[in-house]
Amino acid sequence: MPETEVKATISKSTGLPRKRFYRARAHSNPLSDSHFPVPISPSQFDYSLHYPQIFPSSDQADGSRKIQFADIGCGFGGLLISLSTLFPETLMIGMELRDKVTEYVKERILSLRVANPGQYQNVSVVRTNSMKYIPNYFEKAQLTKMFFLFPDPHFKEKNHRRRVISPFLLDEYAYVLKAELEADPVVKLLSSATEEGQKVARNGGQTFQAVFRRIVPSDQTS
Amino acid sequence: MEETEAEAEVESNRDNVEVAPALIAVHPEQTSVAVAVGPDLRVFDLLAGSAASLVDECGAPFHKDSIRAIRFGSRGKLFVSAGDDKTVKIWSTESWRCVCTVSSEKRVSAVAISEDGCHVCFADKFGVVWVVDVAGSHEHVALGDRKPTPLLSHYCSIIPSLEFSPDGRFILSADRDSKIRVTNFPKKPLNGAHEIQSFCLGHTEFVSCLAFVHARECPQGLLVSGSGDSTVRLWDISSGVLLDTCEVAAKAGLLESNGEAEEHGHAVTDLCTTISGLLIAVAIQSLQGLVLLSCDVSAQTLSVSKVVSIAGEAFVPTCLGFSPAEGKLWMVTGVSSLPACNYPPLSRVRVISAIDAEQEPVVLGDDEIPGGEKLLETLQGSASVDESAFLAAAEAVKTAMRNLLIKKQYPADNRESRKKTRNDRKLKM
Repeated sequence: MPETEVKATISKSTGLPRKRFYRARAHSNPLSDSHFPVPISPSQFDYSLHYPQIFPSSDQADGSRKIQFADIGCGFGGLLISLSTLFPETLMIGMELRDKVTEYVKERILSLRVANPGQYQNVSVVRTNSMKYIPNYFEKAQLTKMFFLFPDPHFKEKNHRRRVISPFLLDEYAYVLKAELEADPVVKLLSSATEEGQKVARNGGQTFQAVFRRIVPSDQTS
Repeated sequence: MEETEAEAEVESNRDNVEVAPALIAVHPEQTSVAVAVGPDLRVFDLLAGSAASLVDECGAPFHKDSIRAIRFGSRGKLFVSAGDDKTVKIWSTESWRCVCTVSSEKRVSAVAISEDGCHVCFADKFGVVWVVDVAGSHEHVALGDRKPTPLLSHYCSIIPSLEFSPDGRFILSADRDSKIRVTNFPKKPLNGAHEIQSFCLGHTEFVSCLAFVHARECPQGLLVSGSGDSTVRLWDISSGVLLDTCEVAAKAGLLESNGEAEEHGHAVTDLCTTISGLLIAVAIQSLQGLVLLSCDVSAQTLSVSKVVSIAGEAFVPTCLGFSPAEGKLWMVTGVSSLPACNYPPLSRVRVISAIDAEQEPVVLGDDEIPGGEKLLETLQGSASVDESAFLAAAEAVKTAMRNLLIKKQYPADNRESRKKTRNDRKLKM
């Protein structure tokens, strides 16, 4: 009996979860104290929970493979799903604050793993406040790419502190990023794979892209 | 009915939040001792043997609200006090004149002075650490008002402790989300400190205090931190690696008295490293006295050396200070005010000498401490203090710290009633 209740939120035809059961408000307060579990340090982050096929037991996640892509504010997971097949050898994770939306992405990934054996094993999602807890998930210079699609501008002065991209948070993003540069097939996906990008395309709007790389600190003589 | 009970609890919590613990700071050469109780700053000059008179013609004189952090610079030339009145006052220790007043947008929770005495950093309650250039203040010329610039920030998290590493290369900030951030302190700090060296992650509750163990083999020192999770931990700051953890509350026997340990009842409130013998003095909530830890630098471990209790008094220290010159540990207990009992601001100072791995620490009597009765009169407000207030003071400080630093658990049952004022809920109705 519990099985049929769960399946109602998952479409019978595609096997994927139906968005209307996971709708949530667009904003969740990043300033509030939430009580979701946060790993004490990056070494305590359980890879076997998120990538069960690659790390069958929780002992094996020692240094060999680490997460390299992080999608901050991944929403309904559009970009992650496309990236997963494009970079099958890279581990990636999405971070989202809203619990209902995170549940949707989890269900989506699980259904895709069942429908496509061997694929989508390198992608996962976690419910967390990335503005506070990024250092708890990633070590220094661990990530090669970070995605912010798309930061809320928060025009009002009083809301500036809610901005995901701020000079202070950039220090933390620089800490977890490796300083590297490569020609990138990902840039095309920014507007085609994300739900927001698709919405803009549907309405015939323009998209603008901003790509940055982490610079190496020069000697502090200046 | 449930609503009014919850509201009553919130009301009584709000009364307790404004209580501030008494603080103590000792000049590195023990030429003076300062105690801050509420808005009152009291300084005793040990060389002159009398109370130092503070002169403040810089901006609004003295502090109007509770002082939350005081500190002497490591060179002994500067003294900083800051608190809930959103000002940071920088004093010259030779003339006890205020040379500079800095205003902050938010209440200040921690201060630190750079090793070369050129910069003062302070942290506000929203997690931003600011820096002010004070080079030139040691020439006794008043600098007037200075504007601070932001240095770094912990997102939306109170910073109870700020420290510089002994070699001056790093600035450390500990926050309420159990993180300790080690940042490279640049040559031009007014442009911000953007290179994070490491994060020391391992505590499971707010980190309340930081201190450095000086070691010849390790010029940047080993970091010791105390937290609300009742542990003291040892770290290597360049890599952020946790070297050792010491469960001080358990070792001091605090958890054995009742069947279940009181949640969050045994936070480490202050830490102080002593130069000789590499001993660390630890003050814990609800512990009447101190725990002395010894640090083995080569093995990189911490272990409990002694538990010191203060005979005859229910003394729970709220702040510790050490003077390397004389080898004495100074402690203060006290609170800015006790709303329920209508007591005046209370503070009591005690001194322990012979802090050494070999010797037994000796708690000095009131007539044996440097400065004697006169010092006690200046710093305590009176030579003798009513002891019955001590336990009430300790409880008030403990509740205030809990309200400030521990995340509130909102009960699930009245969640809908709490959301009534939200705009989108109003439209639905």
